[in-house]
Amino acid sequence: MTEIFGVPVQALFGQLMLGLVNGSFYAVLSLGLAVIFGMLNIINFAHGALYMAGAMLTWIGLEYLGISYWWMLVLAPIGVGLIGIAIERLMLQWLYKLDHLYGLLLTFGLALMIEGLFRDLYGVAGQPYSIPEELSGAFNLGFMFLPKYRAWVIVASLSVCLFTWFMIEKTRLGAYLRAATENPKLTQAFGINVPLMVMLTYGFGVGLAGFAGVLAAPASQISPLMGSNLIIVVFAVVVIGGMGSILGSVVTGLSLGIIEGMTKVFWPEASATVVFMIMAVVLMIRPAGLFGREK
Amino acid sequence: MSPRVTVAYLVGLALLLVAPMFLYPILVMKVLCFALFACAFNLLLGYTGLLSFGHAVFLGSAAYVTGHALKVWELPTLLGLLAGTGAATLLGWVIGSLAIRRQGIYFAMVTLALAQMVYFLFLQAPFTGGEDGLQGVPRGTLFGLDLAEDMNLYYLVVAIFAGSFWLIQRTIHSPFGQILKAIRENEPRAVSLGYDVAKYKLLAFVLSAGLAGLAGATKTLVFKFATLTDAHWHTSGEVVLMTLLGGMGTVFGPVVGSTVIVTLQDELADKVGSLVTVIMGAIFVICVLAFRRGIVGESLALYRRMIGQKP
Repeated sequence: MTEIFGVPVQALFGQLMLGLVNGSFYAVLSLGLAVIFGMLNIINFAHGALYMAGAMLTWIGLEYLGISYWWMLVLAPIGVGLIGIAIERLMLQWLYKLDHLYGLLLTFGLALMIEGLFRDLYGVAGQPYSIPEELSGAFNLGFMFLPKYRAWVIVASLSVCLFTWFMIEKTRLGAYLRAATENPKLTQAFGINVPLMVMLTYGFGVGLAGFAGVLAAPASQISPLMGSNLIIVVFAVVVIGGMGSILGSVVTGLSLGIIEGMTKVFWPEASATVVFMIMAVVLMIRPAGLFGREK
Repeated sequence: MSPRVTVAYLVGLALLLVAPMFLYPILVMKVLCFALFACAFNLLLGYTGLLSFGHAVFLGSAAYVTGHALKVWELPTLLGLLAGTGAATLLGWVIGSLAIRRQGIYFAMVTLALAQMVYFLFLQAPFTGGEDGLQGVPRGTLFGLDLAEDMNLYYLVVAIFAGSFWLIQRTIHSPFGQILKAIRENEPRAVSLGYDVAKYKLLAFVLSAGLAGLAGATKTLVFKFATLTDAHWHTSGEVVLMTLLGGMGTVFGPVVGSTVIVTLQDELADKVGSLVTVIMGAIFVICVLAFRRGIVGESLALYRRMIGQKP
């Protein structure tokens, strides 16, 4: 078997793919955080919990209602988005005039509640979810086997990121959104319903988290704790990339996923901390983040 | 300290001295450790306006270092406490110098991420005992008094708490503390007045981390163990909650908040199981939505309204 740097090619590419899969999750989640931050100026701490809720809903859908993976791919993000809209209408909207830190604190409390509820209902043990039939198996690429599901996660995540980019940068709705981000008062004066846009933005942002949750369901164990560990890494990703641009979020997310995957091969002990170490280095060299602008 | 605060402080101290006659001393000591932790945190959030979401790491690191110093190196108790506090102070300096490069929400995210990194290091490091934690830490003796005796330890903990509380009050009312408040109120103006804001923020951060470390070191003595829970982000969230519930930026708020939370957790733990997290989350939400000044802050506002003073 051929080797690169003393590591079998098969293992190296395997970790590379896993890194890309994780990177896709980082990309979708940090994109959602960035979209929400741009409009609402809050960091959504509940993002991880809502990602977990997306995965849990997928599992519940199949377990109790027999709804297939493909339907849940549409229904779960909508469900999570509706939860988000309820959160925004009932709670977040009263905090916009206050210090941004209150938004963080409120969503932290919500994250604890969502996580605690699912924990109480289903325990901490993970629930298995089998890969849908169409996506099980693997492609033989000659030098490695590529599990179909991993390829699907990467393609689906990138498509959603592309779709988000297109919506925000190329459509009329996106133009309103960008205007409202830049100057909410003036935009409202032009007759655009800014509070409605804010509500939909939050719903869409957490919907992205829900979508990532559905994608994650067959790829890992579905556990109530799956979100909180991930979200802290995503925070580090956001600090590294800055929340300036959509493309920046995607590129940073994917490359950190790959770096993490490679670390697992060459220096396994550091694989849990490498993203945080990179964050520390970035803070020393470029405090505003790679794609960020200092406000 | 203002006369009113001094009176309250002395009354509180007197109550603490007689408390073991009525209450379980271990519980009171636990409350005091968390109260000190929350007061240290309040120095940063309430008086400097910096929200650190990784403060548990200072509590946890000091707990481990003290535990290790007492158990493996067999140092005297006082040196063990000092070692823990020193380690947390040093860690505070490292994390603080990185974190103050960003502001506001980013500051919170950076502290959380760095704390998580240290948490993973603790998880892997051999001296922490991983998931099992560090158990069977001896309390040792102090001035010939055997601290294995709960009452002896109790008065040491009260002394540590009272001393640190007084130190925090002195800091707040010192010129240094006034500059911290100026930074909280209007950072650009503090800069334009010629203050090296970064230096003051870092000093406040290091001081807060050191005191949080002292709380962690004391906690190890009380419970005779140090675990990963101390360094987990849940604990970081808890200290935010204690401060918020009691009233951030108030003198006694963190003490009241930690008393309520610790007692509540103690009472609820065997009754509702994992729903405790939900209740903590709900208190968070309610505080942020309707009760932002906290118990002490709201009571003070009510009192001022009653005597007809403008808030």
